[in-house]
Amino acid sequence: MNRKDDVSIVLCGQAGMGIQTVEFLLTRILKLVGYNVFATKEYMSRIRGGANSTQIRVSSFPARAPVNRIDILAGLNKGSIRHLEKRTTPETIVLAEEAIVKDELQKDKYRFIDVPFTKTAEEIGNAVYSNVVATGAIAALFGIELKTIVDYIRKHFSNKTEEIITNNTKAVEAGFSRGVQLAGSGEIEISIRNDATIREQILLSGGDAVSMGAIGGGCNFIAAYPMSPSTPVLTFLSQHSADFGIIAEQAEDEIAAMNMALGAWYAGGRAIASSSGGGFALMIEGLSLAGMLELPIVIHLAQRPAPATGLPTRTEQADLELALYAGHGEFPRAIFAPGNLEEAFYLTHKAFNLADKSQSPVFVLTDQFLIDSYYNTATFDLSGIKAEKHIIKTSKEYKRYELTESGISARGIPGYGEGLVVLDSDEHDEEGHITEDLELRKKMVEKRLKKLELIKQEIIRPELWPGENYETIVVCWGSTYNAVREAIERLGRKDVAMLHFKQVYPLHNETSNYLKKAKKTVIVENNATCQFGKLIRLHTGIEIEEKILKYDGLPFAVEEIIEGLQKILD
Amino acid sequence: MDAKEFDMGKIDIAWCPGCGNYAILKALKKALAELEISPTNLVLVSGIGQAAKAPHYFRTNLFNGLHGRALSPAVAIKASNPSLTVIAESGDGDMYGEGGNHFLHTIRRNPDITNIVHNNMVYGLTKGQASPTSQKGFKTPVQLNGVYLEPFTPLAAAIALDASFVARAFAGDIEQTKEIFKKAITHKGYALVDVFQPCVTFNRINTHQWFKDNTYYLEDTYDPHNRVEAFKKAIETDKLPLGVFYINSNKKTFEENVNANRKSNEALYKYEVDTGKLRNLIDQFKDAN
Repeated sequence: MNRKDDVSIVLCGQAGMGIQTVEFLLTRILKLVGYNVFATKEYMSRIRGGANSTQIRVSSFPARAPVNRIDILAGLNKGSIRHLEKRTTPETIVLAEEAIVKDELQKDKYRFIDVPFTKTAEEIGNAVYSNVVATGAIAALFGIELKTIVDYIRKHFSNKTEEIITNNTKAVEAGFSRGVQLAGSGEIEISIRNDATIREQILLSGGDAVSMGAIGGGCNFIAAYPMSPSTPVLTFLSQHSADFGIIAEQAEDEIAAMNMALGAWYAGGRAIASSSGGGFALMIEGLSLAGMLELPIVIHLAQRPAPATGLPTRTEQADLELALYAGHGEFPRAIFAPGNLEEAFYLTHKAFNLADKSQSPVFVLTDQFLIDSYYNTATFDLSGIKAEKHIIKTSKEYKRYELTESGISARGIPGYGEGLVVLDSDEHDEEGHITEDLELRKKMVEKRLKKLELIKQEIIRPELWPGENYETIVVCWGSTYNAVREAIERLGRKDVAMLHFKQVYPLHNETSNYLKKAKKTVIVENNATCQFGKLIRLHTGIEIEEKILKYDGLPFAVEEIIEGLQKILD
Repeated sequence: MDAKEFDMGKIDIAWCPGCGNYAILKALKKALAELEISPTNLVLVSGIGQAAKAPHYFRTNLFNGLHGRALSPAVAIKASNPSLTVIAESGDGDMYGEGGNHFLHTIRRNPDITNIVHNNMVYGLTKGQASPTSQKGFKTPVQLNGVYLEPFTPLAAAIALDASFVARAFAGDIEQTKEIFKKAITHKGYALVDVFQPCVTFNRINTHQWFKDNTYYLEDTYDPHNRVEAFKKAIETDKLPLGVFYINSNKKTFEENVNANRKSNEALYKYEVDTGKLRNLIDQFKDAN
């Protein structure tokens, strides 16, 4: 095997066997020496057993999307080679312990190299060290110095007992010498350029990015019920509640979580409601309440395959229509769909300011793939990061729902000023009290809907890449950004461009112009019914001809999009 | 302070003539006035139902939200600005039925709020179906052969969860109800006041007279700090006790706990993002943490 510029390593093992430790250590060590790293995992909804895998791409250029290709497969447990054998080729190097995987080995299908991860670990004292043996072996393939690796391992385990630190050091050293041997044999040749500036970059996950974007937007309240894949946001904000003055509470259910979030906004807080499909379904009554009360609310909806419980730990983009139409009655909203980690940060920040300004729900629509994958990127620019507050000190005559030209009535909060802040989920008068005056009802409906115009003023333009000279346009939204972009890059055709939507509702009014300019239109979505395509047709009358859809619970691999596009373009 | 401060003036009230809600409204206004709580510093939170309309007949801040969901925003409002007095007020169907899960977990959370439940043992606004507290055998257009579900016993449930303040009042006695409200509002921590209230339209069993005949006030010698005794009183059915059943003041409030977590007592609206700290946090991701 000889790889320049881009190596795909896949680690596979049972849940609970430390695959995540290998992933964690390897990505950090690789970044430390200046390589681009990208990691994405697919895992089963269980705590022990099964087969989980993590793909790590190490590259000279910033590769940030999954690929089907496996250059190195490290199988740590029985069953892990079988789990991935469909993706292996004769070019794939399989590193595993023969004694463990002998029943599943098909040596003619890939290049197998016996690496006794577990036996080595047992010799050191415990099979548990096998993942650190693997870390050392793989790191050695990249020509990283032993000292760098050992220093990092020792730092990582520094709060453990001396025995554990020593054994981990021995494990990584043992793995390292096996790796050096492999590299020296000429079986595996890797030449990735490293770049010292990468060391100064940040390495983070989508969950980290959404959470820090929320903090940047002034988020100071989260009540949530744990649900994959949204949980990392609850965890992150809880862990940083002291540093950032955040009230973080685990609610008894998502209904409570949403209603608490609305109570917090009413009293002057800035709250996020974070959940996934089924949990968000329980929040929908509260979403409609936000519409009626004209309270801001930021909703982080991390999608996973459904209906019902679906595939809890996997990915899909099938809740766009849910976010779009959730809630009884008519009220405006905005839906952001970050394409990458950078956008996850900036758009979550923006969601808070837009929600406050428009007194409307603003969604940040992510998915398991975006939340759980991570890569290195330039540190975030905070110059535009600010919590823009739209709260007024009330006067005695204050009316919460005063009818205005823009539809926006100044938002007061209880206990700040001399006025009273009256909110009612019933139709209400300007003061906020319950009414059945039907003329007033009409005015209030119109007032609420007018706010969509305000939301449209700030609408985010879709990103056209690489430029305007296209004959084929590939529409996509949300987390498929990096995969579609890399596919177009690798396709090598100058007449193909990507049009990526970071805001899927309201739709940008240039949408139809972008599409009309193309001779051929294609859409890529991680769902079965082309939900965004339907939305585009609804708003522009244009039916996108070609659809590349995927709904097996996994994110798009770059090759799948290339193949799809080739079929369409041929 | 005069209780009239809370009056809305001439408004159309949606309650039936003779409804027990009027007495509860009056008792609460008096209690708040005697405690010198100003309308601008008070928030009434309610759900949906006839009882849940009570805040509209009050000149104060109010959050009239969803059916069964009064407690969740109430908890968040108090935590977001602990200087506010927060009262969650709704009926038995709203608090114990639709909102049952929030009722249980709000008690566990122990926010410093007062929870007033108008308990007339029937659904009024939807016209006469059974409520969670309806007595067995109670016949309605839906429960044709009478209620066969065990009635929910809110006080016993609250004491079982070690609620920090548990009381029951009777709307037919405004003076005593007012006194119980005052104790509940000044109590630090979650305070439940279940208020017996006759429904003159849909409940012909549990009438004003029935409540008079079937209730009694706990003796002056009764010690509300004994949880087991309090539980015994809460499951009495022969005659139903009124008064303060249980007090446990040795509990931290939700606000105290979350504020200790976030190391600040400041109301959230005064909070500013510390971008310097955010810069540091983001940059921690450089150093392969």
